[in-house]
Amino acid sequence: MSAAPLAPPVSSMADPLATASGWRLFWLRFRRHRVAFVSLWIVVALYGVAAFAEFLAPHPPDRTMGRYTYAPPQPFGLFWTDPTTGETAFRPHVDGYRVEIDPVALRRSFVPDATRPVDVCLFPRVEPYRLWGVVPLEHRLFGPCDPNDPFFLFGADRLGRDVLSRTIHGTRISLSVGLIGVALSLLLGIAIGGAAGYVGGALDAAVQRVSEVLRSLPTIPLWLGLAAALPREWDPLTIYFAITVLLSLIGWIELARVVRGRFLALRGEDFVLAARIEGMHPVRVVMRHMVPQVTSHVIATATLAIPAMILAETALSFLGLGLQPPLVSWGVLLQEAQNIRSVAAAPWLFLPGGAVVLAVLCLNFLGDGLRDAADPYDV
Amino acid sequence: MALFLLRRLGAMVATLVAISLIAFAVIELPPGDFATAYVAAMQANGVVMTEEEIAGLRAAYGLDGGLLERYAAWIWAILSRGDFGQSFEWRQPVSDLIWGRVGMSMVVELTALVVMWCVALPIGVYSAVRRYTVGDYAATLFGFLGLAVPNFLLALGLMYLSFRLTGSALSGLNDDRFIDAPWDAARIADFLAHLWAPVLVLATAGMAHLIRVLRANLLDELNKPYVVAARARGLPEGRLIWKYPVRVALNPLVSSIGLLLPTLISSSVVVGVVMSLPTAGPLLLRALMSQDTYLAGAFILLMGTLAILGTVISDLLLALVDPRVRHR
Repeated sequence: MSAAPLAPPVSSMADPLATASGWRLFWLRFRRHRVAFVSLWIVVALYGVAAFAEFLAPHPPDRTMGRYTYAPPQPFGLFWTDPTTGETAFRPHVDGYRVEIDPVALRRSFVPDATRPVDVCLFPRVEPYRLWGVVPLEHRLFGPCDPNDPFFLFGADRLGRDVLSRTIHGTRISLSVGLIGVALSLLLGIAIGGAAGYVGGALDAAVQRVSEVLRSLPTIPLWLGLAAALPREWDPLTIYFAITVLLSLIGWIELARVVRGRFLALRGEDFVLAARIEGMHPVRVVMRHMVPQVTSHVIATATLAIPAMILAETALSFLGLGLQPPLVSWGVLLQEAQNIRSVAAAPWLFLPGGAVVLAVLCLNFLGDGLRDAADPYDV
Repeated sequence: MALFLLRRLGAMVATLVAISLIAFAVIELPPGDFATAYVAAMQANGVVMTEEEIAGLRAAYGLDGGLLERYAAWIWAILSRGDFGQSFEWRQPVSDLIWGRVGMSMVVELTALVVMWCVALPIGVYSAVRRYTVGDYAATLFGFLGLAVPNFLLALGLMYLSFRLTGSALSGLNDDRFIDAPWDAARIADFLAHLWAPVLVLATAGMAHLIRVLRANLLDELNKPYVVAARARGLPEGRLIWKYPVRVALNPLVSSIGLLLPTLISSSVVVGVVMSLPTAGPLLLRALMSQDTYLAGAFILLMGTLAILGTVISDLLLALVDPRVRHR
């Protein structure tokens, strides 16, 4: 551009920003939010963990090693010093365990012991399993070279199950509850909010009243009541879908509010009026001209709704009225940490809570970034 | 103002009806009713009831009517006599069980609300006025953590810390020795010594939200011409901030109490269970687990009602503070 300083204003057409599509502008604005951008990658990684949980987790989630109940987390090291010879060599390992017996309470407890390393391998051969129940595999990403060695990076729970593996498997359920719940809320929210905003009048007023009522209800007692009313003989998967539906029954309100507000504003715009005067069918007006205008806002609001769903599922499962074992979600795992006595003895049972905080925090940052990027007035 | 009041109260009644319907659904959804549960309980004690006796029981409790009739009977008993039905598990009228619990919940929740406001107000104003300072970043970080840490995790973490440091686990609202003791000075002192922990947990999440909203509102106001004008006339900065922009920025916050209260009641259920407080939450959970439906329904009805009353009060407050609302 600088080569043609006298060029007419047409040169501005060469500016990539001037010809960029709406989505490209959205992306460029989003990129400027560094925290949101980093969060995006963390969220993508978390969903990757959810997708490949079987391969990434060193153990199956329900594998019990009865000898190692409440074994504490093992420190991991790349180099190992032989205590007898004093030689240091490259040898990825975790410390093994030594059993100590409390002289007063006579309680057995495990202490990591650096003199008994457990070798750690990449892609160790394990018992055959199926990824997504379909793809047969015999290796996992990492784990003990000898599958019978103890390997508990996050410690073990009261049945000697690996907390790390369970947290990784819990990612799948916890994150998908958020996603499916938001997808359902999105359907409800766009349909209801869109109708209210496009038609206006009495329908709009009715929708407004209903969502006001739902917004002023305390959600946890309600969800608890409805979840307790679910038939107990249902299998865990049905319960999972029922809980997701329950969560989205409240979740649609915020989405409907956003869609309605945008539709009300758009309804008066000239291009919508023009389309209507030309005799276009209302459904086509909405789908062709109005929906593309609200997509970015809806994506932002939906992203912000996912963490709320995850928190709700976690709280319900934690209280014992949400998802039930054998399903593994972060809330189900935290149920193990419900009473202070087991937490005092095994504080690593808190670790799945760290996963909740990470996911919720990143999804919030991501949603905030998307919302800012979707705002056309903040360039 | 009268019209505003009337409209608001009308909406409130509609909402109350909606809540009572939901609470009634919770009562009705599980299979069986009070009579089947009662008969089963009597059989467990070796008393066999005849068909006529069971039918009499159903008639006495209005269980043989249709769905609408049963709803009407239930609501009418509550409105006319304060009779919420019978608790199956406790063999007592529900109304004997709930009021103490609900009262205790309200004490905890209102204290949390007051603490939340008293702490969030100065912090929010500070982080808006001293934008991009260390204090502001700290407040923002705290805000995001308060948003992301589930409050039961916060409660558990606090209990764990206290257990590690002092050996006591911070549960309950009174020491065991005060069970059934009269509310004398010693018990009240002990109560206050226990109250801080649940209040701290409950206040944190809402506080984070309040700080974020207040900061954003105040930032919008700080650059407005009236602030510049007041400053140009030499008003001391502290007085200027508190007297003008803060008051404007507070308005949206007053209305947010209405949304804060349902959340507060929700989270107090979870925190009550974790910290085993003598509040409504643990008893509600237990009632739901054992299908003690009338007890659970009464709790859900009362919690919803309290949330709505709070919302209405905050709306009225807002109308008092802000003429734009009442003349809409």
